[in-house]
Amino acid sequence: MFEGWDAVALARAQFAFTMSFHIIFPAFSIGLASYLAVLEALWLWTGREVFINLFHYWLKIFAVAFGMGVVSGIVMSYQFGTNWSAFSDKTGPVIGPLMAYEVLTAFFLEAGFLGVMLFGLNRVGPRLHFLATLMVAIGTLISAFWILSSNSWMQTPTGYAVNASGQFVAADWLKVVFNPSFPYRLVHMVLAAYLTTALVVGAVGAYHLLRDQHLAGPRVMFSMAMWMATFVAPIQILAGDQHGLNTLEHQPVKIMAMEGHYQSHKDGAPLILFGWPNQTAGRIDFAVEIPKLGSVILKHSPTAPMAGLDTVPRENWPPVPITFWSFRIMVGLGFLMMGLGLLSAWMRWRGQLYSSRFLHSFAMLMGPAGFIAVLAGWITTETGRQPFTVYGLLRTADSASPLAAPAVGSSLLAFVIVYFAVFTAGVIYLLRLMAAPPHPGEAGPPRDVPARAAGITPAAAAAAESAS
Amino acid sequence: MIDLAIVWAFIIAFAVFVYIVMDGFDLGLGILFPLFPRKADRDVIMNSVAPVWDGNETWLVLGGGGLMAAFPLAYAVLMPALYTPVIAMLVGLIFRGVAFEFRWRTTQRERNRWDVAFFGGSLVAALAQGVALGAILQGVHVEGRQYAGGWWDWLTPFSVLTGISVLVGYALLGATWLVMKTEGALREKAYQLSWVLLFAMLGAIVAVSLATPFLSVQYTQRWFTWPNIILTAPVPLAVAAVTGLLLRSLANKYDYQPFFLTLALFLLSYAGLGISMYPYIVPQSITIWEAASPPNSQIFMLVGVAILIPLILAYTGWAYWVFRGKVRPGGGYH
Repeated sequence: MFEGWDAVALARAQFAFTMSFHIIFPAFSIGLASYLAVLEALWLWTGREVFINLFHYWLKIFAVAFGMGVVSGIVMSYQFGTNWSAFSDKTGPVIGPLMAYEVLTAFFLEAGFLGVMLFGLNRVGPRLHFLATLMVAIGTLISAFWILSSNSWMQTPTGYAVNASGQFVAADWLKVVFNPSFPYRLVHMVLAAYLTTALVVGAVGAYHLLRDQHLAGPRVMFSMAMWMATFVAPIQILAGDQHGLNTLEHQPVKIMAMEGHYQSHKDGAPLILFGWPNQTAGRIDFAVEIPKLGSVILKHSPTAPMAGLDTVPRENWPPVPITFWSFRIMVGLGFLMMGLGLLSAWMRWRGQLYSSRFLHSFAMLMGPAGFIAVLAGWITTETGRQPFTVYGLLRTADSASPLAAPAVGSSLLAFVIVYFAVFTAGVIYLLRLMAAPPHPGEAGPPRDVPARAAGITPAAAAAAESAS
Repeated sequence: MIDLAIVWAFIIAFAVFVYIVMDGFDLGLGILFPLFPRKADRDVIMNSVAPVWDGNETWLVLGGGGLMAAFPLAYAVLMPALYTPVIAMLVGLIFRGVAFEFRWRTTQRERNRWDVAFFGGSLVAALAQGVALGAILQGVHVEGRQYAGGWWDWLTPFSVLTGISVLVGYALLGATWLVMKTEGALREKAYQLSWVLLFAMLGAIVAVSLATPFLSVQYTQRWFTWPNIILTAPVPLAVAAVTGLLLRSLANKYDYQPFFLTLALFLLSYAGLGISMYPYIVPQSITIWEAASPPNSQIFMLVGVAILIPLILAYTGWAYWVFRGKVRPGGGYH
């Protein structure tokens, strides 16, 4: 099996596949962990039962999603070695420490406090329990910090030297960690995670409001989610624009692929809205474009010259069709999210936030939009930097393990079968949990069915704690 | 001047050992799962480890990530060499990891399916780890800075022996964990299993110890030549002493001692492996100094390790403390 296949192509397919599955879970758990921290804080602050019900409701969902994120993440941490050993040897001294710091500062923090967060409310009392929730939420953000720092270093490497064995080594750790694209990528990704979660929470709230618009839990979660969409979606579009300008400065070829600029434009480039990238001929077929707008957006001048891929050797071209389309999918969804945010603000102002069936249907449809946008954005940035793993310095073809195609192909096949079997089941369980509305006296994850009725209000739980 | 490569060799060895300490019993519970067919027993077994399994597996990520950071060449050579066992381990960990949550979310029939996944995943992961250990000990074919062997080189009678040995050892850890964490009939059964598994593990230790010197002259010289023998002789003696204590603690039906003495047995076997391998990180090919990252990478991480590992151990210890004591059916922890 797989004799005669290209081992590097199979290794790339395996990374793309396992990474695409993995990124969905952290994107959700980063946002959800913060949301849970907010819910628990509101419960401690106001003592309103609806907040602790919502907390327990989303905690059960968090537990399932987090578990899937952990197991798909362990795969990633070993895949660098199994399939990309040449890359690991050459870049290990630089990105290895960043990933080690991710484990030390983030994974342990999340894992160490997760048990208490899931099952410990009656054991440690509400205040310590809130601390555990907070630690888990902070852990997810620290994790994003390090992994995006190492990804950004691969995109815009700075602060490095090359030693006698051909390895990248750090010359300046601050420049390695805070490389030029890192701040933009971090902001863009964390906002994406928050938006993704808000859209899921909003969709679940909308689903239950469509059935009964008087349910307390769904009303609260829908309102909170729509506030997020109203404010964060526009901010995200601005952040994305800034990230794009940063990319133009440091990875102009990626921008050429995103924009579909095969040709150079000496006196102002158009904005190509749609079209069919023809990689062989080096042009966009059937292009629908607005003259000069490309230069206006990217250079703030209608006549600013823009270089195209005709200035780049062909062997350094990224796969334009994928980059071009995934970018449009991401941007399109971003504007739809902003539309949802604005519509909800309008309905809120008119007092129809909980009664507008149109708004609720729209919000439900947008439930998966965050995941699709995250995937599309990730595909844009990762295919746009091809054919390099370390941008301009180490080619993808020179990064792979010395393995024959049958080995890589078989493991790819194994992952495809296992992931579809396991994660399909997981998604079904998640949807089942979401299909039931949160109710008064909502319990946490199942094995902690408390023998006593503590935990409904902070005072009762605290009293139960001090009595035990 | 401190030798950073040695410091990091100890840190990686420590991370891997903590992983074995923490996930060994955890995988062992999965291996023993079919022997406890009652749902109530299975719930208790799952509950005894549910709050901490995720932290346990994080040490495996630290072992892998730390190896890449501190000894990138070793990581780059060993991972392709251990390709099949590593992939098998990852797939096994996926199945057992999701089973913790999934089995609570479904009907009885589907729960049985996830129980099988928990058992199968644990079994495969433990076996794969043992096989990988054997494959490392017997050495891999290296040319230049790359693995140069085939993708089935790891499979030998020796690696199968180490695979089964680790499987038996983890099962013993699981059984003694249950002796410590449960009560009544469940504990009694775990106690009976501990006897059987202890003798199986002792057999495995002897078999691996006898087989290892045949792998290479270096191992024989390391263990049986003067003056090395002054340092190596205490290891088998200590194994004998710990075994004696372990037998006594089982005979007296102690709660805690069997588990911790089994860990001591693991520590001694592990130290024995370290004595055999040192100073190679890929036996007979690459030493820790050849594989080491440049000093500035190792120092940069050392700062983090020195501050964070004690903190991690502290809050992990706290989590275990919160969920201390016997687990009872029906209500999680008492």
